[in-house]
Amino acid sequence: MSILDWFATKNSANKSVTSKLDIPGNLWIKCIACGETLYSKDFEQNLKVCPKCEHHFRLTCHERLNITVDADSFIEIDYDLSPADSLDFTDIKAYKDRIVEANKKTGLNDAIITGEAKINGSDVAIGIMDFGYMGGSMGAVVGEKITRCIELATKKQIPAIIMSSSGGARMQEGMNSLMQMAKTSAALYRHKQQKLLFISVMLDPTTGGTTASFAMLGDLNITEPKALIGFAGARVIEQTIKQKLPKDFQRSEYLQEHGMIDHIVPRNKMKSFLANIIEMTNYHKQKIEETETVEQE
Amino acid sequence: MASSTHLDFEKPILDLYKKIDELQALSDKEGLDMTKDIEQLTQKAELLKTKIYENLEPINIVKLSRHPQRPISGDYIENIFEDFIELHGDRSYGDDHAIIGGLAKFEGRPVMIIAQQKGKTTKENIYRNFGMPQPEGYRKALRLMRFAEKFEIPIITLIDTPGAYPGLTSEERGVAEAIALNLQEMIGIKVPIISVVIGEGGSGGALGIAIGNTVAMLTYSIYSVISPEGCAAILWRDAGMSPLAATNLGLISSKLKELGIIDSIVEEPLEGAHTNYKKVFTKMRAFLKKELTKYSKYSHEELTNQRYDRFRKLGKYTEA
Ligand SMILES: [Zn+2]
Repeated sequence: MSILDWFATKNSANKSVTSKLDIPGNLWIKCIACGETLYSKDFEQNLKVCPKCEHHFRLTCHERLNITVDADSFIEIDYDLSPADSLDFTDIKAYKDRIVEANKKTGLNDAIITGEAKINGSDVAIGIMDFGYMGGSMGAVVGEKITRCIELATKKQIPAIIMSSSGGARMQEGMNSLMQMAKTSAALYRHKQQKLLFISVMLDPTTGGTTASFAMLGDLNITEPKALIGFAGARVIEQTIKQKLPKDFQRSEYLQEHGMIDHIVPRNKMKSFLANIIEMTNYHKQKIEETETVEQE
Repeated sequence: MASSTHLDFEKPILDLYKKIDELQALSDKEGLDMTKDIEQLTQKAELLKTKIYENLEPINIVKLSRHPQRPISGDYIENIFEDFIELHGDRSYGDDHAIIGGLAKFEGRPVMIIAQQKGKTTKENIYRNFGMPQPEGYRKALRLMRFAEKFEIPIITLIDTPGAYPGLTSEERGVAEAIALNLQEMIGIKVPIISVVIGEGGSGGALGIAIGNTVAMLTYSIYSVISPEGCAAILWRDAGMSPLAATNLGLISSKLKELGIIDSIVEEPLEGAHTNYKKVFTKMRAFLKKELTKYSKYSHEELTNQRYDRFRKLGKYTEA
């Protein structure tokens, strides 16, 4: 199945970010950024990017996976990890109930899928977060899955790619969630010691403890246009400094201007961008391997 | 407790002591022998005190952790260490006053201290940005840790911050990257790192210097993924719910020890560190000595492996 077919057959995703017009069959949607009315099929063929204003709509992790890795190359790992409610946490809703709801809404066990895949033929370990699952928050499952994904990359001596979309640490897991920042960053330390490539793709939105750990630790930090990326929430900052924030504050372009982002890559160029970087960073190693093979022969 | 700022929950104890004082005054004035009554009341007050402090609600521990008279990093540096030489700056932008660092001697041997520093007066607090570090603070910390590593000097980090500074300048200069880099790089530092939360352990801003081989907390310090006020505002949309948030977040030392998030608790006096500095300094000195002695026998590899494993195992989940 091609990427476009896959998008075309999928119709249930991203209800929360695209407001569908009340027309039978949901043939038309309205762009939340510019208000343009778009034909659903065109919108999906355009990878959920508004053709008029180029607003990049959020994707589910499976949508993202399908436009990022080679068809049928993804082998998921650690699917069966699910959250534990170690604090027996309740706010206006019990954490246990929130988990059940999120599972039902997304069909996921937590806010990330991880596994091995190929990008234009190159092996990678990849993790893709899903903002639809409790705001993509990082609890023990997300932290453990990212850590195992990086450890797999280290063991197999392959690049790791984490595509984040996350509101930060999951409060309902208390300090256990904060510790995932340390755990994932520690795994990256060992990955980098082996001179392996880590690309962090920060997608809309990536904030809080996610930004302040593995997401900012890419050999390269990549993002899509106009993605929200930051540490503290804009409202908190406004309250602290008591002044208005710049218009594009915490957006991709602003972060690039301040030196935090290597490159802003439009959605339809992301896969080839990643493939290019992997190829170039692997060139030297491959040359050595080829020379060794020749010598052995 | 006389000159101290009092907290709500202390009122019943204070009332009782006030009564004792009144009785004493009366007995002096009238020449009556009230020794027995006074003794009885004093005993009662002591019992009440123990009962109250041993059953403190987490929100009251939050208040103790932020007590304006609570000893701050500078007090520990001054009283437990000798010959402190402060080392400034991140070599790139500036010197953060919310994180201080430098060499000192502890029991005759050199150590590197990295500490979050609040103030006690308003003026001091403004100078220290209320203990909220900016990126420069984390970068200075890493620079000094690498320096310590080069010369085989163990590192002691003291944590006391409401969190990293949530400001425009902080974001622009990459506070998230600065914290993240510390989390990654501290794992590989080849000298012992002992981290102690002495007051507020505010989220990622605290964690950014708390990747220790041992992570400890003072009895009435807190360590939390988010402040109870912030949590209440987000999850309940009601700041008034912060007492419940404080309970549910599991941010007190005994709970975190039970969860395996921290390794040890450094004991404070019953009524809090602010009531008896000397006592808490003694406990802290003994604790640091014990830990440094333990890790002095570790090789570089053992140190980094132990630190990795310590954090690697954290987090509860179910696996089918
Ligand atoms: Zn548009």
